[in-house]
Amino acid sequence: MSDATSQKVPVTVLTGYLGAGKTTLLNRILSEDHGKKYAVIVNEFGEIGIDNDLIVGADEEVFEMNNGCICCTVRGDLVRIIEGLMRRKGKFDAIIVETTGLADPAPVAQTFFVDEDVQKNARLDAVVTVADAKWLSDRLKDAPEAKNQIAFADVIVLNKTDLVSKPELAEVEARIRGINPYAKLHRTERCQVGITDVLERGAFDLDRILEIEPDFLEVDDHDHDHHHHDHDHGHHHHDHDHGHGLKHYHDEDMQSLSLRSDKPLDPTRFMPWLQNLVQTEGQKILRSKGILSFQDDDDRYVFQGVHMMLEGDHQRKWKEGEPRESRVVFIGRELPEQAIREGFERCIVT
Amino acid sequence: MSSFEPGGESASIVSVTDKVKSVSLGMPVAAVHYLGDRAAFVGTEESVALVDNEGAVAKVEVTSGGILSAVADGTRILMGCDNGQVVALDRKGESSVLATDPKRRWIDNVALHGDGAIAWSVGKTAFVRPPKGEEKSLEVPSTVGGLAFAPKGLRLAIAHYNGATLWFPNMAGEPEFLAWAGSHLGVSFSPDNKFLVTSMHEPALHGWRLADNRHMRMTGYPSRVKSMAWGAGGRYLATSGADMVIMWPFVGKDGPMGKEPAMLAPLQAKVTAVACHPKEDVLAAGYEDGTVLMVRMHDGAEILVRRNGTPPIAGLAWDAAGTWLAFADETGEAGLLKL
Repeated sequence: MSDATSQKVPVTVLTGYLGAGKTTLLNRILSEDHGKKYAVIVNEFGEIGIDNDLIVGADEEVFEMNNGCICCTVRGDLVRIIEGLMRRKGKFDAIIVETTGLADPAPVAQTFFVDEDVQKNARLDAVVTVADAKWLSDRLKDAPEAKNQIAFADVIVLNKTDLVSKPELAEVEARIRGINPYAKLHRTERCQVGITDVLERGAFDLDRILEIEPDFLEVDDHDHDHHHHDHDHGHHHHDHDHGHGLKHYHDEDMQSLSLRSDKPLDPTRFMPWLQNLVQTEGQKILRSKGILSFQDDDDRYVFQGVHMMLEGDHQRKWKEGEPRESRVVFIGRELPEQAIREGFERCIVT
Repeated sequence: MSSFEPGGESASIVSVTDKVKSVSLGMPVAAVHYLGDRAAFVGTEESVALVDNEGAVAKVEVTSGGILSAVADGTRILMGCDNGQVVALDRKGESSVLATDPKRRWIDNVALHGDGAIAWSVGKTAFVRPPKGEEKSLEVPSTVGGLAFAPKGLRLAIAHYNGATLWFPNMAGEPEFLAWAGSHLGVSFSPDNKFLVTSMHEPALHGWRLADNRHMRMTGYPSRVKSMAWGAGGRYLATSGADMVIMWPFVGKDGPMGKEPAMLAPLQAKVTAVACHPKEDVLAAGYEDGTVLMVRMHDGAEILVRRNGTPPIAGLAWDAAGTWLAFADETGEAGLLKL
């Protein structure tokens, strides 16, 4: 991470449908003895039981940018609040933004892409979504907001697992994975999750877009006592073929799409294609990420995006012996899969 | 619509950097004002540093929280704080809490009227307290971005999303709404009371001719305008936001409509703060690289007051007589210049 990046205050966005347990998680983060101080931007003033003089009430004012881009919305209140919080620079280590249960995370994320002042002072760390293990499956059917929040998440805290049976838990996890196989998923009761599992994730840090792999493939990477799961039974995914197991529960309108190539890409074809894709389909594409190997280029190129906004950069040299594979992931609604796959294929140098 | 195309080169320059009295305040600064004959450096939190002409610093703790907004009229500074307090600091250096939000919400904006009335805003609500009479409040459709009193009468302009509201707190009837799409942050009346100008979230100003509410768009800025100052008796509005001072002409009944702004003092850095001399056609400009220049409005002649190579200039102010200029960068490295 560069110095400029590390000096910016990390901002965690906490989403989740009504009643999932956002406030429980927030209270847990604030009350735990971690020696850190958080500024918290909340909607329901007074729900936080912890004494903290850096709690700010927000009004979730979603503004359209006057730049002719219809899906380019920002949280106007966040621009103002982050500017105000910077008056107290040094008095807190990070900012947590709690959204309302019905909020779309996109305007929050886009604020960090488009607003110059916000960008100068703060960086988006991750979108953390709290989901209710008992009711999420129902909400995914009747509440588009809930589905958005799952699709957008970098980290999913699947809460209230004690209220469901093992098959029910497997069912809801599979539904989550059908929408977003890339988020880190933590099973919790009363939001008992390690602070480091939800904060300081660096999910929007270009330098850390390294593992765009489905989360369950690396499930052995972490062992948290509070998860109460064992690997033989807890992960039904293991029963399926890894590469295609996701399709077990296919969500009708929200999907993820993964593209790969072990042959290099032609940057003069890929970049215009990607730009055009997010311009034309950006309203459907919630998140995009990629690690790219370009022809005649010894650097890895990484990018990420939210709807129509993209940022990308040369990241580092490909390591000796590291497979130069390009991987691109889109999460979105009614993605034109066939067209995207064909477009990507045409960018591969043959 | 009016707009401009940046361009131009800076010439060789006269320097008065050796005449500046440097002062280290030891605290981050958000704004600079004059309070009587002392320069007042408003900190980002808790304190205001009062500095006399000899450079002696007296720090006054005015609140326990962050200071979100500050305006001054020469006799007092009014501040809005993040602990819900509206605080005033007078020439003697005595501070008083004028209002406290019962829920300790942020006081985002404040305004001062010549007759002693004050205004502040919390979220979507603007409050006015006349020197005599009762406090009144008005809720606007979205969070207040800026407040300004008109130079004549008790009239408050409230900038918000999609326009500005003009409110006569002492009159019955609906406030007037001036619509323009987008988020309006700063707001200012021209000194002749003929125009209202807002700075927007996008890099542009918007104006209304108050006689007929005719729109004036002022665009071309590379970044948001955060500092505006009326100069030369209200004939010009000097602004930050570009890598030069952009000065819109407000002479004649049409204001800047169909006219090019003057583009003064171009540097390789953006202007962060502007302050116009109270009497002469001269302005001071601070830049994001720490440079401070004095600029003559009619021909753009520049005098170097402070060299570059430091954090951005947070604010500048002239005293009422126009014989002293005070400025500070964001980290509290300040300077005083006697003309």
